Amino acid sequence: MNALISTALSGVVMMFVGLFVRNKQHIKFFAIAAILIAFVANLMQYPSVQEGGYIMFGMIEVTKFGVLFNAVALGATLLYFILSGGEFEKVGEHTSDYFALVFFILSGITLAATFSNLLMLFLAIEIMSIPQYILAGSDKKNLKSNEASLKYFLMGAFSTGILLMGITLIYGAAGSFNVTELGLGAESVHPLSLCGIILMVFALSFKVSAAPFHFWTPDVYDGSPTVFTSFMATVVKAGAFIAFLRMFHTGFSGGAISSHWTLILSIITAATLILGNFAAVFQQSVKRMLAYSSIAQAGFMLFAVIALNNTGTQGVILYAAAYSVATIGIFAVLLKLKDYTFEGFNGLARKEPLLAVAVTIFLFSLAGIPVTAGFFAKYFVLAAAVQHGHLLWLVLLAVLCAAISVYYYFRVIIAMYFKQGDPGVEPVSGGFKAGLILAIVIVLALGLFPNLLLCYL
Amino acid sequence: MLTVLLILIPFIAGLITFGLKGSGPKVLGMISSLATVTLAIGTWCRFRTAPESLNLVANWIPQLGSQFRVGLDGMGVMLCLLTAIAFLLIFITIYNRNYEQSNSFYGLMLLSQAGLTGVFTAFDALQFYIFWELALIPVYFLCSLWGGEKRIAVTFKFFIYTFLGSLLMLVGIIYLYFQTPDHSFSWTSFTGTQLSAGDQKWLFWLFFVAFAIKMPVFPFHTWQPDTYEQSPTPVTMILSGVMVKMGLFGVIRWLLPVVPQGAAMWSDVVIVLSIIGIIYASCIAMVQNDLKRLIAYSSIAHIGLMCAAIFANNEQSLQGVLVQLFNHGINIVGLWIVVEIIQQRLGVKNMDELGGIAQKAPRLAIFLVIISLANIGLPLTNGFIGEFLMFSGLFQHNHWFMAFAGLGIILSAVYTLNMIQKVIFGQGNTLTETTTDLLPGETLVLSLVVIMIIVLGVYPKPMLDLVSGTTEMASKLF
Repeated sequence: MNALISTALSGVVMMFVGLFVRNKQHIKFFAIAAILIAFVANLMQYPSVQEGGYIMFGMIEVTKFGVLFNAVALGATLLYFILSGGEFEKVGEHTSDYFALVFFILSGITLAATFSNLLMLFLAIEIMSIPQYILAGSDKKNLKSNEASLKYFLMGAFSTGILLMGITLIYGAAGSFNVTELGLGAESVHPLSLCGIILMVFALSFKVSAAPFHFWTPDVYDGSPTVFTSFMATVVKAGAFIAFLRMFHTGFSGGAISSHWTLILSIITAATLILGNFAAVFQQSVKRMLAYSSIAQAGFMLFAVIALNNTGTQGVILYAAAYSVATIGIFAVLLKLKDYTFEGFNGLARKEPLLAVAVTIFLFSLAGIPVTAGFFAKYFVLAAAVQHGHLLWLVLLAVLCAAISVYYYFRVIIAMYFKQGDPGVEPVSGGFKAGLILAIVIVLALGLFPNLLLCYL
Repeated sequence: MLTVLLILIPFIAGLITFGLKGSGPKVLGMISSLATVTLAIGTWCRFRTAPESLNLVANWIPQLGSQFRVGLDGMGVMLCLLTAIAFLLIFITIYNRNYEQSNSFYGLMLLSQAGLTGVFTAFDALQFYIFWELALIPVYFLCSLWGGEKRIAVTFKFFIYTFLGSLLMLVGIIYLYFQTPDHSFSWTSFTGTQLSAGDQKWLFWLFFVAFAIKMPVFPFHTWQPDTYEQSPTPVTMILSGVMVKMGLFGVIRWLLPVVPQGAAMWSDVVIVLSIIGIIYASCIAMVQNDLKRLIAYSSIAHIGLMCAAIFANNEQSLQGVLVQLFNHGINIVGLWIVVEIIQQRLGVKNMDELGGIAQKAPRLAIFLVIISLANIGLPLTNGFIGEFLMFSGLFQHNHWFMAFAGLGIILSAVYTLNMIQKVIFGQGNTLTETTTDLLPGETLVLSLVVIMIIVLGVYPKPMLDLVSGTTEMASKLF
């Protein structure tokens, strides 16, 4: 709740900061201060929910899990501001407005982690999405950016419609908007509720870009200004996952109904893993590769939703943290390069060894190699699926896909270390390097001691 | 604590090395490897008097039931000793070479040593998996940065192969973890779990594929000759001398005791695959013209025999495998040292371009002949006792298997003697006329190898005693 209020207020404040602060470079520091305040405010709420959550007005349920996830999302955003905040001013005129929009997205995410009513779910998803449509098109003079914005908006509007339809059908079947009181299909499954659930699966799959609802992702990520792609592909995506997880774990678990949607979701997961990984192999631009890799990673996160157990919940928190930090880090480095193709990375290790080491560690994390946070993230989601019992085929498929993912992640490492070249790199400040080192430390610390995060769950 | 130091010394030395310049990396590498050899000998002495003191358990991830568990049994002591000795031999051999970015080179070498030692000492499955991967990553960079012309594609293939195998093993580990009554990764929980025969049947393959790729056993071997050929020779020594032992070690420590019924069910299939590998690799070795590829294929044949012997399911064959783990490591490292010396002197590894080296470098010739004969398994060399025990064990299991595997010895004699003939005897040419004999450092390192070959060939008892505990434990499982 604190996180929701503080991020919404920060958003409003940031809108006014632009009026009073003339030097665009200073706006970033206000944003960092605001996110720090939100982060601390959110953590202050932790002691009150440690013994159990509470529900406010039947709309919002503040739980330990929600607070922890908000901490991850806000922490990742803080890192994002430190590493890429300086790039905001290069996008266009309205730097402070961009920060304000990011804060509004964050308030949507915090709502997604705490809703207990279908209405709030809808609001959370919309608050998250609308500022993104604007950010995608914020590079107004660039046609690709305009296209991305329009495409994202149209697709988003469709999925919103589908989500609303799903909510309506579920309300029709259950007679309640309250997520904890739906009580669907404990013994027999009502066709109305099944239709509703399927529509919700589709709508939320759009939001997390799971196949076959992923077609917008590469174009939107590629067309949007890179600095915003970085945020969309990480924190926002994790937020959408939390909404997905909360909805299905609290609303639709147990009884006959879960076997229906787990089957649908298993097929979606398999398709996501296959399509995301195979398409990523053929990309020529690192930015598009990361877009497809985000689809592939979504496949892994979906395991946590299907598995319906505690391990999965732990996994999604760890996954959100590991994936966000690593991807934000890679995008931050990408922003410093002039050429986004794989060749653009040729010889980076000689020119900027720290950047190359950082990217290598982040890619290791994305590939799930031990001693990085990504290893335990993958471990937990796979363990959740194994514990579930009937998903071993999916686990083996995921393992094959993880091996394929090494191919495209390592292309970047090969370019940086084993190929000759003179990449165009913008000058890198000391603060940026410090931020990268912080990200490396987080990735390695969570890779050695995942408990640092999980002990709060 | 001794066991942890075995991992920590190369690890810390490796990290420091990255920041050193000039001859610093060489010197630190040498100091670290001397220290680890001393420590490894120390663990051997301690193992005879107070084996429990080599075990250590510390908290790591309590929520997961995973602990930092390191320990050593006879097999562990022996493999740690092999790792330490192999790295010392490698560092002495390359002491006079100047590698580009030598700080990274030595740093990565030392990190891979830490990873390998970690694998041999892990008694927690998750920790084993993590070290298993950690040993691989420095080697990937070593091959890709300092290897031959086609290194990038070849090493990449090697990495993806092994990574896929590892991931399958990870699935197996996760599955087993949920089957253990106390939800723990410890070796005792894994081995104490009652698994149904149906489960064991498929779990066997999840683990075996990972180990088979590492060894490598036919048909999982396709990465190996290319990688051995393209890697810089010191890395090939690590790969063939120590890293392949990870696969064999994994079978003995983590496969046989954990899924004994699964292993019994599939043992004949594995033995047949291994024997196909022996004959196939030996035949290819006979027609090889490239020295490195010849040794690579001969290694597949030798490892194939060891893999077959493990699954022959009796104490004698297992004992043979265990001593051969050490002896094969020493012999193959010795062979690679000779190859490295020839390649450094003459710049070629093509056997057609060599010949007549014995006239110019008699000491090199003597050493090569002794090491090659040990590699064939001639009596009074260290290779003999292991091969004898393995064949005798295979014979007890099935006469036919032994007969076909035995063809490997004959073929091995053919290609090895042929290699000796082509490389060091016969007519010299203008290139080999320029050969000079061994330098003092090279003489020292090859003498160490030959001393170990002869001492363990004549008196293998200390090695057999060391591994007897492991043999008894493992042979009761089937």
